[in-house]
Amino acid sequence: MDLSFSPEEQAFRDEVRDFLKSELPARLSDKVRTGKHLDKAEIEEWQAILSRKGWLAPHWPKEYGGQGWSVVQRYLYDIETSQAHAPHVVPFGLSMLAPVLIAFGSQEQKDHWLPRMLNGDDWWCQGYSEPGAGSDLANVRTAAIRDGDEYVVNGQKTWTTLGQHANMMFCLVRTDTDGPRQQGISFLLVDMEAPGVEVRPIITLDGGHEVNEVFFTDVRVPAENLVGEEGRGWTYAKYLLTYERTSMAAIGSSKAGLAWLKSIARAEMANGKPLIEDALFAARLARVEIELANLETTTLRVVASAAQGGAPGAESSILKIKGSEIRQEISSLARRAIGPYAQPFPPEIDVEGSNEPAIGPDYAGVITPNYLNLRKLTIFGGSNEIQKNIISKAVLGL
Amino acid sequence: MDFTLSDDRQALVDVLGRFIRERYTLALRHKASQDAPGHDQATWQQLAEIGVIGALFDEEFGGFAGSPYDLIAIFETLGHGLVSEPVMPVLMAGTILEQARPDLLEDIIAGQSIVVPALFEAGGRYDHTIIQTRAVNTGSGFTLDGSKAVVAHAEAANALIVSATDESGSAGLYLVPTDAEGVFIRGYPGNDGSRAAEISLTNVALDEGARLGDIALADAAIAKGRLALCAEALGIAEWLKTATLDYLKTRVQFGKPIGSNQALQHRMVEMVVRIEQMRSAVINAAAAMDGNGGGTDTTARDRAISAAKYTVGNNGIEVAEESIQMHGGIGMTMELDMTHFARRAVLIDHQLGDADHHLASYIASAAAA
Repeated sequence: MDLSFSPEEQAFRDEVRDFLKSELPARLSDKVRTGKHLDKAEIEEWQAILSRKGWLAPHWPKEYGGQGWSVVQRYLYDIETSQAHAPHVVPFGLSMLAPVLIAFGSQEQKDHWLPRMLNGDDWWCQGYSEPGAGSDLANVRTAAIRDGDEYVVNGQKTWTTLGQHANMMFCLVRTDTDGPRQQGISFLLVDMEAPGVEVRPIITLDGGHEVNEVFFTDVRVPAENLVGEEGRGWTYAKYLLTYERTSMAAIGSSKAGLAWLKSIARAEMANGKPLIEDALFAARLARVEIELANLETTTLRVVASAAQGGAPGAESSILKIKGSEIRQEISSLARRAIGPYAQPFPPEIDVEGSNEPAIGPDYAGVITPNYLNLRKLTIFGGSNEIQKNIISKAVLGL
Repeated sequence: MDFTLSDDRQALVDVLGRFIRERYTLALRHKASQDAPGHDQATWQQLAEIGVIGALFDEEFGGFAGSPYDLIAIFETLGHGLVSEPVMPVLMAGTILEQARPDLLEDIIAGQSIVVPALFEAGGRYDHTIIQTRAVNTGSGFTLDGSKAVVAHAEAANALIVSATDESGSAGLYLVPTDAEGVFIRGYPGNDGSRAAEISLTNVALDEGARLGDIALADAAIAKGRLALCAEALGIAEWLKTATLDYLKTRVQFGKPIGSNQALQHRMVEMVVRIEQMRSAVINAAAAMDGNGGGTDTTARDRAISAAKYTVGNNGIEVAEESIQMHGGIGMTMELDMTHFARRAVLIDHQLGDADHHLASYIASAAAA
């Protein structure tokens, strides 16, 4: 048993640290550290910096412009970028669609779409969920009917994250209504600027605009935008969901969040002393910190077994369940920490780019919206109840 | 990064696991707990023969292992077999004797001698530095007066390591033969089917060599004892998981296995997640102890051990209670093996500091760091 990283892995970590130190603009990391939302231009700015370094899609095979990093390298990179408060890379194209294209796409599709992702030419969004297909994803009803060398798409997608910025969507559509419902699903690439596509914002309970509804009315999609074979979209979608699962523990984000929480708990006063010295609050803080240290080792055990060839399977559902609970708890403790100043609705959310002075401590404004926003963690990516179903079946054999 | 056991360690664990499966039955355990010495002496001899006691100590002291990773491998295996032999007390006492009386370790490793620590008192709860027992220097030796609480396997021991405060207020450790005049041992069975005793010391006369050293000698021993309990609890939890899962698959109600009910499936998954977190906590504690390597700054070690003891206490009790609940009525009976594992899983939290105690220690060490 040896919990240390090899000299090569440590050197790699140093390289990542040096890169972040010299290339990550403080303007961006300050916003991430204090829980503020980045606009489209800021996200694209960071992705361009990564692309120049060749680190925008490091998990891709080298032949497609990736680095072919090992799972351990990817883990270290995740931790380092989160702890440095680097913006998150938008995953839809780079981490979700790209592996599907690499595995199942035609040569033309790979040659066309993959370089454009690295260039930042397209902003991809995901078209999976529908009003009647949330956790029950196979219930897709958006219809794509073949008409010559085009598909005609009608239907509705929902919970489309950052769809307001996107020019392309990969989506699951129903091309066949006969037979088992998983079999009639196909995987289609849709131009968001095509006639008949309408994006409507969904304002979430934190007051933010992150997700959207997308409506399709007689949208014509070239047949060459079908990925793989017609009717096998469900297989591709499942492949996508098993990809990059160890990142579901979000250890780096939680570590960064905990450090931020502690700095707030040192600044807040309760009964004449810093809140961090309050017995009850200190106990809540210690509990989540211990859970996080345990989960980090649980994650490393999964990473180590994946590095030895065992693909992370259903046990990564454990990481999703615990990782999401921990992140929610940290956001919830931050809300408790600021006491009465959890109440004001921050003006900058109402009016983007508002210059009004903060209400209460300057760190307080984003905390309640962040807490509310992170309720999503146990719902999306397969709700935690779905994860428990997966473990029951795949690990426990129930 | 490597989370696998070394070949030597795996071999020892395999031998111990096979020995427990083939020779150590719960019937043997029940019988032994009814009366002194409170454990099965033949089993103890066999544990010595297959090298389990030697594996607790470093080569320097006549053993052949003794690293934190060895300890967690051994105690997880002992927990999985619900072995109620004085391995943990002997580990603690031996760790003190390594520094003070290494000459006594040979007989201990051979299974010929059992020494156990008696460090806690009724008024001290989980704090071993609260000591009412008094030692008086008589010029030619010492006399001890006082009492010690819930001393595991005291009836099996030929000597105790007792903490006491002398006239100058300094706390020290004393080696007390159990047959010395004035030592009274009131043994009893525990709620977890192990055996312990209340000790009273009345004018117990000891020779000059009885003082082993300062109370600080106990620190490393207590740390190892806690690590051992954490690993034992992990082994017990794994056993409970397997038994409960098996029950969910075989117990039929309303015409189907009860494990087909989602309400129980999700509770079972919660148990699995808890146990994975327990295992990681135990590994973290062993790594911190290994990283400390006998150094003098023990803050990181003690912090990781408190994190583990908190995790194991909290999650171990939850695993036990959920196992009982999911077994339903049969889970309420002594005739089922499961309930004995569940009882031990709960009572382990009452040894060397419970979850609340260790959460407080963790917070205090974080503030100091």
